[in-house]
Amino acid sequence: MSSRTTDEKLVYMANQIATFFESQAEGTRAQRVAEHLRSFWEPRMRDRLFEMMDRGEADDLKPLARKGAEIWRAHGQAVPAHSEEE
Amino acid sequence: MKDFLIPFDGPGGTGLHDDTDMGTPASTSTRTVTLRIDGFEVTVPEGTSVMRASAELGIEVPKLCASDNIEAFGSCRLCVVEIEGRRGTPASCTTPVAEGMVVHTQTSRIKKLRRGVMELYISDHPLDCLTCGANGDCELQDMAGAVGLRDVRYTPGDNHYDPSGTGARSQAEARLRDPVGINNPQFLPKDDSNPYFTYDPSKCIVCSRCVRACDEVQGTFALTIEGRGFDSRVSAGMKLDDFMTSDCVSCGACVQACPTATLQEKSVIEIGTPDRAVVTTCAYCGVGCSFKAEMRGDELVRMTPYKHGKANRGHSCVKGRFAYGYAAHQDRILNPMIRDTIEEPWREVSWEEAISFAATRMRGIQEQYGKKSIGVITSSRCTNEETYLVQKMARAVFGNNNTDTCARVCHSPTGYGLGQTYGTSAGTQDFDSVEDSDVVVVIGANPTDGHPVFASRLKKRLRAGAKLIVVDPRRIDLVKSPHVEAAHHLPLRPGTNVAVVTAMAHVIVTEGLYDEEFIRTRCDWEEFQDYVEFVAEERHAPEAVEMLTGVPAEELRKAARLYATGGNGAIYYGLGVTEHSQGSTTVIGIANLAMLTGNIGRKGVGVNPLRGQNNVQGSCDMGSFPHELPGYRHVSGSEVREVFESLWNVKLDHEPGLRIPNMLDAAVDGSFKGLYCQGEDILQSDPDTKHVAAGLAAMDCVIVQDLFLNETANYAHVFLPGSTFLEKDGTFTNAERRINRVRRVMAPKNGYADWEVTQLLANAMGGGWTYTHPAQIMAEIAATTPSFANVSYELLEEKGSVQWPCNDASPEGTPLMHIDGFVRGRGRFIRTEYVATDEKTGPRFPLLLTTGRILSQYNVGAQTRRTENSRWHEEDVLEIHPHDAETRGVRDGDYVRLASRSGETSLRAEITDRVSPGVVYTTFHHPTTQANVITTDFSDWATNCPEYKVTAVQVSPSNGPSDWQRDYEAQAEQSRRILPAAE
Ligand code: SF4
Ligand code: SF4
Ligand code: SF4
Ligand code: FES
Repeated sequence: MSSRTTDEKLVYMANQIATFFESQAEGTRAQRVAEHLRSFWEPRMRDRLFEMMDRGEADDLKPLARKGAEIWRAHGQAVPAHSEEE
Repeated sequence: MKDFLIPFDGPGGTGLHDDTDMGTPASTSTRTVTLRIDGFEVTVPEGTSVMRASAELGIEVPKLCASDNIEAFGSCRLCVVEIEGRRGTPASCTTPVAEGMVVHTQTSRIKKLRRGVMELYISDHPLDCLTCGANGDCELQDMAGAVGLRDVRYTPGDNHYDPSGTGARSQAEARLRDPVGINNPQFLPKDDSNPYFTYDPSKCIVCSRCVRACDEVQGTFALTIEGRGFDSRVSAGMKLDDFMTSDCVSCGACVQACPTATLQEKSVIEIGTPDRAVVTTCAYCGVGCSFKAEMRGDELVRMTPYKHGKANRGHSCVKGRFAYGYAAHQDRILNPMIRDTIEEPWREVSWEEAISFAATRMRGIQEQYGKKSIGVITSSRCTNEETYLVQKMARAVFGNNNTDTCARVCHSPTGYGLGQTYGTSAGTQDFDSVEDSDVVVVIGANPTDGHPVFASRLKKRLRAGAKLIVVDPRRIDLVKSPHVEAAHHLPLRPGTNVAVVTAMAHVIVTEGLYDEEFIRTRCDWEEFQDYVEFVAEERHAPEAVEMLTGVPAEELRKAARLYATGGNGAIYYGLGVTEHSQGSTTVIGIANLAMLTGNIGRKGVGVNPLRGQNNVQGSCDMGSFPHELPGYRHVSGSEVREVFESLWNVKLDHEPGLRIPNMLDAAVDGSFKGLYCQGEDILQSDPDTKHVAAGLAAMDCVIVQDLFLNETANYAHVFLPGSTFLEKDGTFTNAERRINRVRRVMAPKNGYADWEVTQLLANAMGGGWTYTHPAQIMAEIAATTPSFANVSYELLEEKGSVQWPCNDASPEGTPLMHIDGFVRGRGRFIRTEYVATDEKTGPRFPLLLTTGRILSQYNVGAQTRRTENSRWHEEDVLEIHPHDAETRGVRDGDYVRLASRSGETSLRAEITDRVSPGVVYTTFHHPTTQANVITTDFSDWATNCPEYKVTAVQVSPSNGPSDWQRDYEAQAEQSRRILPAAE
């Protein structure tokens, strides 16, 4: 709600993305969360999310969201380019 | 009119697309017939009228009751001809051609007959031609000339035109004889209740063209001919109705059709007839109607729909046709203004000073807070060329990807959903396609209000027998209107689109109604298998989701069967689909449905997003989104970046920029400090107003470029006056991907077209741009963006318009997409799991609010509120079901308090069963209501498109504006003070 902070929103949005991919076929879910984040999130959002994860401030992250974020962080640029156009 | 600056249309050898009225509609038959008319041979499609065949030869048979956009009626008898071997003198408008027919259009017998007919007409027509509003533009006058009428032998007797009843031959004479009295029972005074046109029954020849235009073209059925013979009159509804109280929606079709001054634009009466016309494109909605801007000098006399416009085919709605008055409104700001802080009044300054102030501040912010601390918002109301420049400003001049557009808040899920499934972010059809549809599904859209001209075309098709399915929480007009009735209306609970669409797919899959051959040849079979497994689960059955969606299972089953088996099935959808936390998922679900049933890749089918603003499609195409360069190519692609880098001579950022909500969050957090916002009013149009206000207030430099001091400008430091669509050249791209020309008809009142202002600012920040005409910008777009490769102003002059992709593969554009294969290769089925929004009703907020728009107003209303259109909609009202109103003690017209977890506002209630119990509805056209104070910051999971369509609210009686409304009003007033420049 309007009282939500940016931090809360970041976690919320990551979870929303994870929720969608949770329903998709198994196997590539976390990878697809990572791709989605990489395609749409601006670096300061990304950096803040990683920072929160490191500081234990992102406990509300769903496991799949966390996994996706970790793949993103680990692979950095290596996650394949992906856009709305596919 | 003499000097028509109307473009040529090459193919078919038709040459100049002039406005000649061919008398009757074209026949679509493929068989032809050859005949002789006045000694000339002509070959025309079977079913063509003799009148039209003559017109093809350039022979104009006199006519009054016929016009080529309505069916022939045969009432005036002016168009009689002689046909060898046939008796009598048949009317050429109602007589079809036949092989070998020999026709004479001008014989002494015919001439005599025609004169007689004209004489009768004129005997009951006032001889006031010289002072008549239609003088010079009147078919009755023209026909009197054409038939050589030289004398009227009837003595004045019973007539409709003379109020005095003294036998006067003109109204001027009647007024001299008796200035006040109405002594003639047959005389009816003028009805000038409509703000834009008058109805003067004394000049009516009862040709019924207006009635037929209203029925056949517009589909409103507002007019009838009452009475018989001498007593017959055109009437707008009931006896006591005038145009304003009738069902008339002021589309102007009847005015266009009327051959006399009976129905006449007030602007023509006021100004006089136009002397030139320029073809341009409506700047209101995504239908993108073509208009003639009819001018006298540099004064706009009227806008009339352009017959050869491929989106509108000669029709219009009240907005494009009449609501252009805002362009000359006194509220328009014509001088640049600046101020140090938003508490100060505005100071009018020169363009140089304003631009240099803005550039210095923006660069200062970047020095202090970093390259990524500023950004832009492009406008879906501006041209493609202007939008392209604004995103270029962010990428090439600011050096970041912080560019977003108002499409974020409307159709961004369309981009994502159709991109994922089909590979392209756009609708699949042209508007003509609806003429071949057998079943039309309208989901979360209200075309009669939002996309009126498309609605008229759709209704025409429905009257001809196509079936309609409406999926919408409200009983929109299409569900039941004259001669149109939906086969199924699925009144779902707001927020349950995914469940409904998935249940439809469940029925299609489990009942074996899918098109296996299509899926095998066109789609990814493995993904299809996975999808089938998913949708076939019992939990997606209509019966299983009925409690959740509120849609009766049997009705849903029938609707799904009809769509799957009823022939060509087309889906049209609007913001009721996208503006949800699952907006993208619903778009995917819709795309799945079309693939399942093979309804893709030919006429009459497809998936069609109805775009809100005029250039939403274009602003997305032009690279307004922070993650995509023009043509929907991700910024991470180095080959794509290189194209622009070498042309612009800069290094481009390879990471996505901030989207609007992210910009506002970053502003509140202190890392985003400067915004250049062209032609958008995010404070009024974006959700959660308080958060938007906080974000804007936290910035050091907000530059607003607009026609008016909009709500966002209350938080701005620089105001750059904008220009209207009448004052600049460019292009708009409508919902069919059609690139239409916008042509300058008058000089910009503010001094510069919007693209010039952007260039000034870019250059003040070191951009080094040198555009001298928008055509050069389009050339750059074509050079960098494959789907626009062949687009040029020359091509647009030649063709009138083209639909992208327009490149070597399809040099003249692409009306229908995915004909032989999907853009992405194989169509991709994606699972669509329903996830309930977190915006939930509960004891404190038990009702669901959903929002929308109405016909006469447009978006935040900045333009339409400054026209007479407000007569139809003076304020936003809250629709509430009688049951919900009663339990709250709310009566019709009462002021009510509308509260959500975000905020509260107050407005008047309208009690109606259009909305279901538990659902309330309002529009967001008026800043005083601030409906977005109520909406929340929930948004689509994939694109952050705000969830406008579902907010849990409570409604209670109230006696006036809320505290927020009062404070806001005071702040707005404070913020709008202007100190004029010293003389
Ligand atoms: S303006 Fe349009 S809706 Fe109104 S009467 Fe004329 S044709 Fe019908
Ligand atoms: S109002 Fe005009 S179009 Fe209608 S019947 Fe009269 S003359 Fe004909
Ligand atoms: S339908 Fe849309 S584009 Fe056409 S006239 Fe109306 S507002 Fe303009
Ligand atoms: S034009 Fe043919 S009868 Fe009127």
